[in-house]
Amino acid sequence: MENLIGLLVLAPLLGAAVLLCGGRRLDRAGHWVGTLLAAVSFVIGVVLFAYLLGRSGDDRELGVTVFSWVPVGGFRADVGFQLDQLSMTFVLLITGVGSLIHLYSVGYMAHDERRRRFFGYLNLFLAAMLLLVLADNYLLLYVGWEGVGLASFLLIGFWQHKPSAATAAKKAFLVNRVGDMGLSIAIMLMFTTFGTFAFGPVLGGADGAGEGRLTAIGLMLLLAACGKSAQVPLQSWLGDAMEGPTPVSALIHAATMVTAGVYLIVRSGAIFEGAPDAQTAVVTVGAVTLLFGAIVGCAKDDIKKALAGSTMSQIGYMILAAGLGPVGYVFAIMHLVTHGFFKAGLFLGAGSVMHAMDDEVDMRHYGGLRTYMPITFVTFGLGYLAIIGFPGLSGFFSKDKIIEAAFAKGGTEGWILGGAALLGAAITAYYMTRVMLMTFFGEKRWQPAPSPAEPGAEPAAAHGAGELPHPHEAPRTMTVPMIVLAVGSVFAGGLFTVNNAFVKWLEPVTGHEEGHSPVSALTVTAATMAVLVVGVALAWAQYGRRPVPVTAPRGSLLTRAARRDLLQDDFNHVVLVRGGEHLTRSLVYVDHTVVDGVVNGTAASVGGLSGRMRKLQNGYARSYAVSMFGGAAVLIAATLLMRAV
Amino acid sequence: MSFPLLTLTAAVPALGAVATAAVPAARRTAAKWTALAFSLATLVLAAVQLVRFAPGAKGPFQLTESHAWIKDFGVRYELGVDGIAVALIALTAVLVPFVILAGWHDADPLETKSSRWRPTQGFFALILMVEAMVLIAFEATDVFLFYIFFEAMLIPMYFLIGGFGDRAGEHGEAETAAQRSYAAVKFLLYNLAGGLIMLAAVIGLYAVTAHQLGAGTFSLQEITQARADGRLEFATTTERALFLGFFFAFAVKAPLWPLHTWLPNAMGEATAPVAVLITAVVDKVGTFAMLRFCLQLFPEASKWATPAILVLSLVSILYGALLAVGQRDIKRLIAYASISHFGFIILGIFAMTTQGQSGATLYMVNHGISTAALMLVAGFLISRRGSRLIADYGGVQKVAPVLAGTFLVSGLATLSLPGLAPFVSEFLVLVGTFTRHPVIGGIATLGIVLAALYVLVLYQRTMTGPVREQVRRMPDLRARELAVVAPLIALLLFLGVYPKPLTKIVNPAVEHTMSQVHKTDPRPDVPVKAPVTAHDVEAAK
Amino acid sequence: MNPVNYLYLAALLFTVGAAGVLIRRNAIVLFMCIELMLNACNLAFVTFSRMHGNLDGQVIAFFTMVVAAAEVVIGLAIIVTIFRSRHSASVDDSGLLKL
Repeated sequence: MENLIGLLVLAPLLGAAVLLCGGRRLDRAGHWVGTLLAAVSFVIGVVLFAYLLGRSGDDRELGVTVFSWVPVGGFRADVGFQLDQLSMTFVLLITGVGSLIHLYSVGYMAHDERRRRFFGYLNLFLAAMLLLVLADNYLLLYVGWEGVGLASFLLIGFWQHKPSAATAAKKAFLVNRVGDMGLSIAIMLMFTTFGTFAFGPVLGGADGAGEGRLTAIGLMLLLAACGKSAQVPLQSWLGDAMEGPTPVSALIHAATMVTAGVYLIVRSGAIFEGAPDAQTAVVTVGAVTLLFGAIVGCAKDDIKKALAGSTMSQIGYMILAAGLGPVGYVFAIMHLVTHGFFKAGLFLGAGSVMHAMDDEVDMRHYGGLRTYMPITFVTFGLGYLAIIGFPGLSGFFSKDKIIEAAFAKGGTEGWILGGAALLGAAITAYYMTRVMLMTFFGEKRWQPAPSPAEPGAEPAAAHGAGELPHPHEAPRTMTVPMIVLAVGSVFAGGLFTVNNAFVKWLEPVTGHEEGHSPVSALTVTAATMAVLVVGVALAWAQYGRRPVPVTAPRGSLLTRAARRDLLQDDFNHVVLVRGGEHLTRSLVYVDHTVVDGVVNGTAASVGGLSGRMRKLQNGYARSYAVSMFGGAAVLIAATLLMRAV
Repeated sequence: MSFPLLTLTAAVPALGAVATAAVPAARRTAAKWTALAFSLATLVLAAVQLVRFAPGAKGPFQLTESHAWIKDFGVRYELGVDGIAVALIALTAVLVPFVILAGWHDADPLETKSSRWRPTQGFFALILMVEAMVLIAFEATDVFLFYIFFEAMLIPMYFLIGGFGDRAGEHGEAETAAQRSYAAVKFLLYNLAGGLIMLAAVIGLYAVTAHQLGAGTFSLQEITQARADGRLEFATTTERALFLGFFFAFAVKAPLWPLHTWLPNAMGEATAPVAVLITAVVDKVGTFAMLRFCLQLFPEASKWATPAILVLSLVSILYGALLAVGQRDIKRLIAYASISHFGFIILGIFAMTTQGQSGATLYMVNHGISTAALMLVAGFLISRRGSRLIADYGGVQKVAPVLAGTFLVSGLATLSLPGLAPFVSEFLVLVGTFTRHPVIGGIATLGIVLAALYVLVLYQRTMTGPVREQVRRMPDLRARELAVVAPLIALLLFLGVYPKPLTKIVNPAVEHTMSQVHKTDPRPDVPVKAPVTAHDVEAAK
Repeated sequence: MNPVNYLYLAALLFTVGAAGVLIRRNAIVLFMCIELMLNACNLAFVTFSRMHGNLDGQVIAFFTMVVAAAEVVIGLAIIVTIFRSRHSASVDDSGLLKL
């Protein structure tokens, strides 16, 4: 059974290798090869899941060491896998959603000449992500961690001929690298402290280390999580990452990769529990981001960017829950899974809309699409209900629990966190209703397709320039994944809470405590419902009752700031980009004039001196003879003088 | 007497140089094949060395050869290899055939009449000459013997840099030639200056040994043995002065900030294969010699100088990376990236931990391979357009996807992406530094962000975006070019996933070096019960 | 006769030769002056040999003569070649090596 774990990673890796090195021969069948291997991985995952279910709760951990990777002195890094309930949950989510999105991409990327490569990258992503969640030590996790970063880079920049896509890809990789720096320092700290960085001994021995050390490790892990999960202050890349093809946004930038930070924090629970200050930092980051993302999501007219803001915000919820300790771990993961369903579904729906509207992303140019694309409308609508936490749907169960856990933190802190979470829920309801109304309801505000910058370059431009789009329902390969994900968004949450199944499943790994909330669970639910209604009503008042203007109004100061990602990019630009440019430019100057100048100066002065000496050599044999005679005379005089003395 | 394998390994390329030079002028292709054949024969001999080398054997050096040479001065012809040397010999022997193959047309006569005659035979003979000298330098265990070849390799390098450049671009032939000559002279002067100071130190070493042991010696083994026995003791000041003399020469060669400015000129003006020869092969002699001579001959002085050297290498890492970001010339960018990487190598050596030094050794090998791959692909790119400026490219990915793909993979190796070989070494260096000097290790980690910046900026500006008019007709990699790049990339992948063949031979040598400087790894603060790892399982078998 | 007088003569001859080398431009005359200096040295050597009563000085004189003869052969050849190509025997005109 253990050997199957390796196969889980190997299948998509093989796919990536074959597709990327196979050349054009594979162009026609490549996408099916990629989809098949993703599905194989999923089947293996299900088999392993069934096997784990067959064992008792405390005995559901499989481990296998494949080979010794880097052994140097006390530094022992192995390639080893660990499959427990936590990683199993992720494996199912990754391979399940991943397979669906592979299938979706078959249709979505049908007109792209580089489709084979796209599937190669997707398979590479699956392999790296599986490695990330299956690794049994932090260094191997780091390999997967950077691997998904690479896949994300390649996929965001998939349409490389667009400079904006190439820039977004670079930005994503760079911001992630800052986070990766945190992870590598965390690993170094672990090695210095414990002499190892394997999960078992580090997490088992965390009690023995001092609080200061644990806080340092925790903060570094948090930095890593911020980078990968687009949390404040490293969130700026996620919005730009929407330059990638929509299936990528669904899989990587909504359902799986961006949740890796949550996995890291939950996995390292033992470290955070020993470092309350680090935990405070985690919940602060979570709370700030959940509001930040939500506010940004309200202002964006680009449907994918609005959803990206929402992703940021929902992951904020998860990070918040993960920072609450054993009270929140299970709910963080539960929200992660349900979010995986409904957010992936929402993105796929958005992709379907874009596909139909000639790649138009501005929601102000949509409107009234519900009759043209019924399947998309229904699946998107179910996802919408799930994310705002409509009672009975997935999001309701997971988000409610997180808000409850936040209140249970107790004291002023509990009230602040709980309040933030509630406020976030209200804003979520508002911006999602806005997206829904602007896209599927109201008047048609369709615009003629702009003339593409480069003919044939746009992936799905089926019509010529200047024509109004002809929206149509997406092909079967695209609708089937949407339907499956919609079903998941509806029932997953309920299924998990039946008999407390999810809590019992994860408890042996993450531990679980019931929170003691100062307000009763019923009150929390009621409050959540109340803010939900307020949010929806507000959005309806603004975008449902009145027609939506085609060009965005100027808006309030907050709206304008939110459109610019709350000025984060401007800050980065002024401080980091400009500052960096000045720094490098002045260093280039210094290198040229000072460091090299000293050398060239020495050379020049030696040259000048020898130029002057050269004048002595005037080319007249007589003058040389004089110096010879003079020299001889001096020598004789010196000899005589020595004699005399 | 045993079979002189080490002598033979170095003699084959030397013979090859002679044979290549002797091929008649009209038969250029024959000369190229001769050179390639001899470099491949050297590769075979290096492989034999790897096989014959026993990682666990006793004694610091293996496959030793020892003959008296200049008796009056105690100079001996002493060769021997430890794990570090074997790894670097293998690197050299692997890279040179690729360098020859990549430079296949670099020394062909140009079509235009104005250009000078370019002696093809000379180009390949000089490359083989450099290889022979580098190999001897890696093998020598006699300080004087090492010194001779350390200096002598400047001569062929000088001609390679000054005599053969890229096709003249916008600047015109005369200016290009002037810049090239400037670069070659700068290279020579820097390294000669370093070498002369080292010569003074070598003579000083002789004086000390002659005074204390009765007969002067340059033999590394004899000196370390005498020190261990207490027969030889350096006065503190003497040891420090001698250490500085040696270190200066190696720091110029490596190159360490602020002695680095010759490298961007040399790498920028030389053809890509020669640039690879400089940074991937010749410069490694400098860092290698720090490990072999500085640390083993002068352990106390090394420890004394450690803080300063760590700071300098930290500066190198960040400074090199920042300057790489600011470059407009592809080859100079790679040169500054190399300066940053050499900072990591020196940091690892002077961190004085097994992880640091093993990491530094692996780093030398991996940096050699990854920079060779990146530089050679860059060279292929430059040869297609005749310009080294980043701004002259754009959208290459669309017209030459294989070229762009290999460029990206080599670039990712340069930024130490996990899964590719340089990651292993960089992480080892960082961990090794961090356990002893957390602040320096932490700041050095910034280097990984900057590395991502310069590599991705380079990739973005050259390969992505709309296709530029001038690159629209650019052909993709040819079979010969792919045959150069593909094996290098395969090697990067293999050593990234399974570096154990390398760590196995390097580790004992590093432990020996560590014992020479009397340093042990710092112990973890809260040791936990170590888990049973695959390594232990294999060791138990 | 006091052998010291020969030394005075040698010194005189040497001075004449040296002055010629410094003053004259014609390569032939220069050459003759150099010969004069060499012969002055020879004279001094022979005189010393006589004064000290051993043969070393005379042996060296022979060496000097052989060298001087060889030098004249090569030197005259060079001068003639220069004269042929430049129509001048002045040493001041031959400064090509110094640029």
